[in-house]
Amino acid sequence: MKPAPFEYAVPATVDEAVGALAGGGGDAKVLAGGQSLVPMLALRLARPTLLVDVNRIAGLDAIREASGMLEIGALVRQRALERWAVSRSPLFAEVLRHVAHPPIRNRGTVVGNVVHADPASELPALLLCLEGVVVARGPRGERMIPADRFYRAPLTTALGADELATAVRFTLPPIEAGWGFAEVSRRHGDFALVGAVAVLTRAGGGPVTRARLAFFGAGGTPVRGLAAEQALEGREASAAQLAEAGRAAAAALSPDDDIHATAAYRRRVAATLAERTLAAALARCGGCA
Amino acid sequence: MTRKIRVTVNGQEHERAVEPRTTLADFLREDLELTGTHVGCEHGVCGACTVLLDGEPMRACLMLAVQADGQRITTIEGVAPAEGLHPIQEAFWSKHGLQCGYCTPGIIMSACAFLRDRPAPSREEIREMLAGHLCRCTGYHFIVEAIEAAAQALAPPHPRSR
Repeated sequence: MKPAPFEYAVPATVDEAVGALAGGGGDAKVLAGGQSLVPMLALRLARPTLLVDVNRIAGLDAIREASGMLEIGALVRQRALERWAVSRSPLFAEVLRHVAHPPIRNRGTVVGNVVHADPASELPALLLCLEGVVVARGPRGERMIPADRFYRAPLTTALGADELATAVRFTLPPIEAGWGFAEVSRRHGDFALVGAVAVLTRAGGGPVTRARLAFFGAGGTPVRGLAAEQALEGREASAAQLAEAGRAAAAALSPDDDIHATAAYRRRVAATLAERTLAAALARCGGCA
Repeated sequence: MTRKIRVTVNGQEHERAVEPRTTLADFLREDLELTGTHVGCEHGVCGACTVLLDGEPMRACLMLAVQADGQRITTIEGVAPAEGLHPIQEAFWSKHGLQCGYCTPGIIMSACAFLRDRPAPSREEIREMLAGHLCRCTGYHFIVEAIEAAAQALAPPHPRSR
């Protein structure tokens, strides 16, 4: 239950960090909040030869809102975004309240959570739902990786071993959009058995113009509920249609069996949560997401 | 290979050489002999090792001691005044908020920050906060009552104007 020995680098700039990662020969790990990595070190599920601690890099702790985008730097703690969201985004505030516990959120970073890619985690699904991007810096420069091409398998992403995720960008829902978020977990702060997040937009009281739905805890990666999105866009979205959309999206999932829940249970709960979050999103349209 | 760090713990500055893989929890207990910070699960689940880093609760087992270089830390040993107990400790004592006491230091550290941010919490909010702390004696009812009593003890003497 103690980490194995490793080399430890404390770069002062992003370039130094990228250089250190390149020098690690594919066996280096980035240490930011450490709330997932340090447990993996303690359990020796991870045994990197080099840890690149990015906590002393200046300028990575900013939350920036500009032209409909919310950019979160790599050192923004989950708690900092939660506090920012309290007065600005009920959707982000609600999602972050469900990420572990305050002592974990005080240290854990938003970008670290997104990049760790636990399929049962809330923020990766939010990134997918809001069609965000991960900003990555590597030896060949900077690139943007869209959320729908970022997640490949549990704890596995498109980020290279020699790349540092310097920020994530969320596309903020338009002012007329509504949102819904729900998860089922054994205790508050646990990883979800299943969860869903939805954002709907409609013009006045008319049909849904845009629907986005993402699940977490429902497969190897966070996953969009495309069937529900397609079923709702351009429709008036009656209660029956919301329920049908939820069922259609859940039918397309491939959740896993594990000691916490069966795949069949997860699929059923996913259908219910999809319906609830879509209904909540519809009810909130015209409010403020 | 060790690194030299300088840390302020409970107002006192310490300089030590540590291995990078040493967690802050082990550093506090083994190097500084502050054994009030308890180590339970060593992977961030149980909350027994919770300490304050610049006033905010964190898991000492999920931070490396080298990362605490230049930082200010408060442990359970730094909570009570020179004489007697802190009002939160007092409330845990009077409400029987502990049985074996293993989880207690971590809960009290979390409660310090929680009651600072939320001076009049609801029972539900207290329970949500406690979800981050495992008590294997399962004495949660009394812990909730202790935190409620502590909130009242810490409240200003006169009703605040609205």
